[in-house]
Amino acid sequence: MDGIHDMGGKHGWGSVTIDPDEPVFRTRWQGRAFALGAMSMGLSGTNLDAFRHGLERLHPTEYLNDGYYGRWMKCAELLLVDSGVLPPGAVEARARQLRGEDVPTPEPVTEKKPSYERGGSGSLRELDSEPAFAVGQQVTTSSIGKSGHTRLPSYVRGRRGVVIAHRPPAVLPDATAHFTGEDPQHVYTVEYESTELWGPDAEPATVRIDHFESYMEDAS
Amino acid sequence: MTEKTEPADMPSIELRTEALESLLVEAGLVTPEALDGLINRYVADVGPMNGAKVVAKAWTDDAYRRQLLDDGTAAVGELGFAGPQGEHIVVVENTPEIHNVVVCTLCSCYPWPVLGLPPDWYKDPAYRSRMVREPRTLLSEMGLDLDDDVDVRVWDSSAENRYFVLPERPEGTESMSEEELAELVTRDAMVGVAKVTAP
Repeated sequence: MDGIHDMGGKHGWGSVTIDPDEPVFRTRWQGRAFALGAMSMGLSGTNLDAFRHGLERLHPTEYLNDGYYGRWMKCAELLLVDSGVLPPGAVEARARQLRGEDVPTPEPVTEKKPSYERGGSGSLRELDSEPAFAVGQQVTTSSIGKSGHTRLPSYVRGRRGVVIAHRPPAVLPDATAHFTGEDPQHVYTVEYESTELWGPDAEPATVRIDHFESYMEDAS
Repeated sequence: MTEKTEPADMPSIELRTEALESLLVEAGLVTPEALDGLINRYVADVGPMNGAKVVAKAWTDDAYRRQLLDDGTAAVGELGFAGPQGEHIVVVENTPEIHNVVVCTLCSCYPWPVLGLPPDWYKDPAYRSRMVREPRTLLSEMGLDLDDDVDVRVWDSSAENRYFVLPERPEGTESMSEEELAELVTRDAMVGVAKVTAP
């Protein structure tokens, strides 16, 4: 999906500051949000790709306004509500009760955790088929954005690159995030010249990015 | 400014986090101790000190260095580093001619087993947006000026491969032990936004 999360090449975000004394968690709640986010995948019967898609589905304001661990916490809530582990509004109601407000507790709902065939734990899978693309081959991708989860960022869409490495086959996030199956695929690293991505005045550099096989088309 | 309508008295993220934990504890789905355990692991045990050991070993043991570049997951695993966000670790080597730097434009993918959780700057929209578009300018702003003839390679972590930079060993460290070298190696150098400097 074309959302706030797809940040590669976007303008207007300012400069980057390194805090050499940054702790792992700046506040107690950030640590709790990290742990709850990590555990929410198992508790909701979902997976890592669904979690990433959950982050993308947050309203842009919600995505940004409490930072990285803020969106982890909101995504955890989203997945747990989607799966019926928590009723909608439960977290807000509990938070209000914790600060002394007299608000009703939402009634529990029926659990509806997703079910789909899993081929193992983690993301890597064995494939019998041969990779369709060779190292050194020129490739491109569709220039059209799609709805739903994908790991093809908009800034490389429709551009020409060259395959520089085969990587281990892995489940397709576009499928697993929506629980339609795993559709394991060959994975490639594709190198793009900066001028192909940003025009003739681009800074000299290459961008190397991993693509799932179904994203790619021959362009030789 | 916000374009999203929310009650002005919406509870803070801090309070909502506490609320979510209390609901899940009450339902018997998590325990506060389990959360503490996971948090403590990433505060105390999994962090850039792990990657620094990998780098120092690669600098002092060329067979290990070659193994690391050939099969990062196995070589890192040999030192006991494995786990979430480390299913397939790819190590890329910086040299005087080649400079590698890692980003994740779509979220904030990062090689947790060797570097721990990502720092704020790595998750900052400014870093995620600019590193693929103007890496030399951004690196310079972050304190790293590269010569024009250096080959800059930006790795955007868009699948489950996790990239990890083997920095250049600084001159003047020939007499240092592996343990002393590990003390020099910084997180920022293993992401590729800094170089390691001799003491």
